[in-house]
Amino acid sequence: MAQRQGRFVLKLPNKPKILATAAVVGPKEAEGPHGPDFDNCHSDDYVGQETWEKAESVIHKEAIERAINKAGLSPLDIDMVFAGDLLDQEIASTLGIRELNIPFVGLFGACSTMALGLALAGLMADTHAANYAVASTSSHFCSAEKQFRYPLAYGAQRSTTAQRTVTGAGAAVVAANGPKRAPYIDAVFLGRIRDLGIKDAANMGAAMAPAAATTIIDFMHDTGTTADDYDLILTGDLGKVGSTLVRELMLTRENMDISKVHNDCGMMIFDLEKQDVHAGGSGCGCSAAILCSYIYKELEKGNLKSVLFVGTGALMSPTLTQQGETIPSIAHAVLIRSGC
Amino acid sequence: MAMAEKASPNSPILKNAVKAFLIGGLICAFGQFLFFIYEKWGIDEETVRSLVPTTIIAITAVLTGLGWFDDIAKHAGAGTLVPITGFANAVVSPAVEYQTEGRILGTGAKMFTIAGPVIVYGCGTATLYGVIYYICSMFLGA
Repeated sequence: MAQRQGRFVLKLPNKPKILATAAVVGPKEAEGPHGPDFDNCHSDDYVGQETWEKAESVIHKEAIERAINKAGLSPLDIDMVFAGDLLDQEIASTLGIRELNIPFVGLFGACSTMALGLALAGLMADTHAANYAVASTSSHFCSAEKQFRYPLAYGAQRSTTAQRTVTGAGAAVVAANGPKRAPYIDAVFLGRIRDLGIKDAANMGAAMAPAAATTIIDFMHDTGTTADDYDLILTGDLGKVGSTLVRELMLTRENMDISKVHNDCGMMIFDLEKQDVHAGGSGCGCSAAILCSYIYKELEKGNLKSVLFVGTGALMSPTLTQQGETIPSIAHAVLIRSGC
Repeated sequence: MAMAEKASPNSPILKNAVKAFLIGGLICAFGQFLFFIYEKWGIDEETVRSLVPTTIIAITAVLTGLGWFDDIAKHAGAGTLVPITGFANAVVSPAVEYQTEGRILGTGAKMFTIAGPVIVYGCGTATLYGVIYYICSMFLGA
């Protein structure tokens, strides 16, 4: 049964396993440095569908099905799925999951959804409320642009601090029991909303950095650890601006240099110089795709022993931005350890 | 906040301004070129004055539909935004994007989501200017 450690950390003594993961992405992500790591790369942004929303739901479903298959299970074996995306009413998740016949919990954590879903799946598996639980998220560049910004064919210039929404989905199957060598969830941390007054919706990295720093600091305080205790502190997805800021915040607040063990999914998924993506990637699918491909493989091989995955989300709404509100942000964390 | 501003790089203003000047200028020169051509074909000046912008609007609409306009605008910035090309693109791009929600509530309703404010305040200020002009001309007897 999960135990509270310190003020915020929840330790999972039964060590729920991450049995399998899958990541499905679009053409631009395929060209990025981690292209070969993904399970499937679609060459068509529409994925054979008529609308962007349906295209996103298709890749969401595909990621879940692939992960369940890789775990040697069928959707009937899954006790619950924690899923979310960026679209209103979580339509990419609901459309994608409606045929799978799995008890469904819809989440909204913006780009932090993968960490939130994984944390909840881990808690459920740890208590044996679920033998198998799935955490999944997706995002799509075109559906996100349509909902949050401008039509695709509109000739707007993007600011240098803007991040590109990733077209991609990731899913992970978490199990109460599993092989000893499988990566497992050691602890989870549910974040609090932080807001330091950033209003610029094109600079979400800066809005999210304080939330990420607070979560990392609190996690370390509660567990009595420092940056040296982790092979990787993986934020997702602060991009270039937010990553610089979180490192600076850790230096000024805690006098701790995390730069040697810190990386960010938004910086990893694209080649920032060659792919014209300004400050990097973003969107639920960004951290999900990186975690469920490259990072999981490295944990499986034992090349990474302990990864503090800090999912960051700008809980931005176009309505609130128009009303002049600042952007509330959140960061949830999951400590994943290699079973090797 | 100060830390956030320091970490956020500014847009390359000089480079953007030069590109906007060159591409915007090119569009205007192209308009002038059309003007000469139409006049050469013997069309009267008043018709030519409507024909030139309509031609440019039509070209923009086609380029927007093909998805090429935003690739140009990414570099041109104000160069494509300020001439009539910007307005045409602002109307056509949502019309294309929202086709999936149907002709009425999609294309029809969303067509003016970007250009709408320009039309509202454009007509508003034009009316205000007209009223001021009317009152002044009454007193000045012009």
